[in-house]
Order: sequence, then C-alpha cells, then structure tokens
Amino acid sequence: MDSVTSSAKIELRKTPLNALHRKLGAKMVNFGGWDMPVEYPSSGGLMAEHKAVRGGVGVFDVSHMGDIRIHTDKTPGGALAAVQHISMNDTSKLVIGQAHYSAMLYPQGTFVDDVIVHRLGEDDFLLVINAGTREKDIQWVRQNTANHDCVVEDLSDAYTQLAIQGPRAAEVLQKLTDVDLSTIKNYWFSHGTVCGLPNRLIARTGYTGEDGFEIYVPGDTATSEAVWNAMIEAGREFGIIPCGLGARNTLRLESRMCLYEHEISDSINVWEAGLDRYCKMEKTDFVGRTGLARASSAGLKRTLVGLEMVERGIARDSYRVFDSAGEEIGVVTSGSPSPTLSKNIALAYVPPVHAAVGTFLYVEVRSQRIKAQVVATPFYKRAKKTAPQAVGTT
Amino acid sequence: MAYPANLRYTKEHEWVNVEGGIATIGITDYAQSELGDVVFVELPKVGAKLETGKSFGNVESVKAVSEIYAPAAGEVTAVNTELANKPELLNSDPHGAGWLIKVKLANAAELSGLMDGPAYEAYIAEKGKEASA
Repeated sequence: MDSVTSSAKIELRKTPLNALHRKLGAKMVNFGGWDMPVEYPSSGGLMAEHKAVRGGVGVFDVSHMGDIRIHTDKTPGGALAAVQHISMNDTSKLVIGQAHYSAMLYPQGTFVDDVIVHRLGEDDFLLVINAGTREKDIQWVRQNTANHDCVVEDLSDAYTQLAIQGPRAAEVLQKLTDVDLSTIKNYWFSHGTVCGLPNRLIARTGYTGEDGFEIYVPGDTATSEAVWNAMIEAGREFGIIPCGLGARNTLRLESRMCLYEHEISDSINVWEAGLDRYCKMEKTDFVGRTGLARASSAGLKRTLVGLEMVERGIARDSYRVFDSAGEEIGVVTSGSPSPTLSKNIALAYVPPVHAAVGTFLYVEVRSQRIKAQVVATPFYKRAKKTAPQAVGTT
Repeated sequence: MAYPANLRYTKEHEWVNVEGGIATIGITDYAQSELGDVVFVELPKVGAKLETGKSFGNVESVKAVSEIYAPAAGEVTAVNTELANKPELLNSDPHGAGWLIKVKLANAAELSGLMDGPAYEAYIAEKGKEASA
C-alpha cells in the first residue's frame, strides 16, 4: 500500500476549531492549503457521516470558506453596481435577506470562482467564496471594483462558519436560537441570537443537497468551540455527528454541485458547466458577458454529464472517457461511490453528441475501459417536504 | 489493534504470513484505518505471477485508491473471493478474514528484511508523529 497522506512540510492554515477536530480524532488533510478534517473515524467515518446528513443531521466546520463584504453608504447603488459588474447572476433581483448562487468570471466567460451572494442591506452584500481561491478572489474583486464607489472588505478570518445539514437540522438549530427558523425559506437568511450570541447571520444554505443552515459566529477559539459543542449537545437526540470534507464531497457530488478546479475552473465556461440558469445575459454588463456571447455563437464543444458505472469499477477525478468506438472523448471531473445510491457515479465533460441520457461510454480505470451510462442529474434529489401551510389557506 | 506476532510487515503496510512456502498477504490495520470505508478490492487471478515490489492489486475506499505491492515474487495460489461482495472485511478484520491472496513464494528469503509486530508498531508510531508535527 502506498502512503495516503503526504507529509510535505508546509505551513497549513487552521480554522479556530482545529484543536477540537484533532481532539475528536479526525483524520486531517491538506485542502487548498488548509489543515481540515476529512472524516471522523470515532463517529463512524465518511459513510456514516454522509448517511447522517441524508437521514438525520450532521455538522461541518466550513470556516475555511472566505467572506467578502461589499458595501457603500456614500453613493446610493454603488455596491450593487459593483456586485452586478463582477458576478453573473442578477443581484438587483435579490431583496434584503435573500441570497443566490452566482459566479465571478474572467473576460472569456470562464470561472474565477463560484459564490453565494447575500444581500445584507440595500447597498450591502456578503459574498461567500472558496477556500483555495481566497487570495486570488479578493485581489480580483478589488481590481474589478476599483472604478466603483464601494468598500471591499475581506472578512474571511473574522468568522467561524458552521454548516448544520440534514432533514433534522432545523430542529437542532431551533433549540439554540430565538429566530423562528420556519420563516426562513431556502436561500434566505436572517439575523438573530445563536447560543446567546446576538445578531448572528443564519442562512438556509448548504452544499449537501439537503435542508440545512450555515451560521457565522465570532472566529475566536473559545466561542467557536462553545457553539460547536452546544450544536452537538442539541443534536444528540437526533443522532448528530461531526462531518468532514469527505462526506461534504460525496454529498455535493450526488446533488451535482460544482467544485472549483473540478467541474468549474479558469478553462471551463458557464455554458459547458450547465450553469445557464444562474447567468443573466440580459442584465447590465458584467465581466465575462462578451466572452460568453462569443462562446454561445461558437457552439458548445463539451458539456457536463452525469455517469453511472454499469460495470464494476470506480471512476475518479481526471480518468479518461471513451466512446463505444474507442475514441477518447472526455474526462471525469469528480467520481466516487455514492453512499446514498450504492452505485458508482461521476461527472464528466464530453462533446454534446455523446451527452444524451442513456448513451453508453467507457471510463478508463487503470488501463481497463469500464462501461458507464449517461444518466440524468442530480443523481440524488431530496423529497419535497409538505410545505408548511401559510396562515389563512384552507 | 494488536499486530500479531506470527505476521511480518512491510513499510508499505502489507502483512505477510508464511506457512510451508505459501505466503498469505493482506493490508494492515493501520492501512485500513488510513483508507477508511473500503468499497472495492481488485485482485489478480489464481496463477498470476507476482514480481517483488510491483503492484498486484488495488484497494479503494470512498475517497481514495491505494495500490498493493508484492513483498516477494511468486505465483498466486488463492484469492479471497469473499471480498468481492464484502470489501468491508478489510476494515473489520484486516489481519484475518480480510486477507487478500496466497502466494507460492519463489524465494522465501526475500521476506527476511520485513518487520515483526513491535518493529512495525514503532514504525507507524513514528509516522504518526511526523503527520502531527
């Protein structure tokens, strides 16, 4: 067996909960320069963590994510114009208390990063960005908003960000906050007291395809550990367990959520990634719009498809994809066993002519071509809960 | 978990048990705990020839693929077929029911350099220290 972890001596960054993860016996890995828990063997490991989130509730430390605040109080509309300029979704459609998925693009329409934009105020926005791209993103945002009247603040190190995810997440968090969580819709947020801490941001967002919340608390170790422990205590009756980046990856893959440097990157454009519905070409001009218009008229050369392995074998990131004639046609961007479906699944880029659901393709797994089939995505979609009835309806 | 005294261990975290010129080979408890939930095992067929130090199969967990290396040359005489349907045996009983293959050794002396239980425990304790340093 070869060594699974590398022991290269580089100074990794740590979240405020690092010591606690180590005390819990988490297996730690270098993720984008961060020393992060990949799984917690003491609570059952990756598979158990994945199932806890699908069937109950799990808690993740996602403090490695970056946070950029863009605001202004001088020129009305200055921050909105800046966010509109640097992101592809139509931020003018957000009302205060609402968030949406978006992306920042290079001029040719490829990805600087994907991002969740929260509208905190009329002219006040919070952008949550990826860990591995933090410095690049912040520099890019500063450069591209230089001509706008707004303040760009890097708040990445100010917060500990926890994700409480799963069908029982609302019940757990409700025990710790005065905000009525049933009033927060998917991709909306509110502010309220959490664990006695006033004015905390509580967003109904996540990266698991399950119901859940992301909360932001002060980034000191004592406060962070106290909130984490309170979450575990409150969730005990629902079987809450700590979850690592391993489960976070399999959960997002089943839900067909993109991961930077995999499904999206500086060489993949919005159309290829299939993120059209988050890109509003008709809104005001934004960086990447011209490139996307050009790419649109040039036609799609490759598109992201879901694969399910038909024969025994697991497709992994960067494995090559072949058609039934033996031509190399594409590449796997993410692949893994799916703990929910008990099948081996993958996302891959292939030319549109090979993208129809039902098409048989072959993934090269250690020099053997293993049969796979194009399937509809997401691989997993949570059952719609019966929506709580609004007052006054019958 | 204890590392049985009758086994010998490689630096790549395989174990070997030699009885009458036949070596049973598996991966160690340390190896399975590093991998996590094992979901797939790929092994050679009976009759396959192994070369010293060369990969003869793979163990896959949800998140990683790991190659398994032959500690000595020889011919495969048996394969643990139960692992096809129960790969989790590598997690639950790595030194027993989770064995991988049996090999008729070409030269048993090739295994003389392997570690015994206490030496292997010291070896992985050292690795643990490196990782947390």
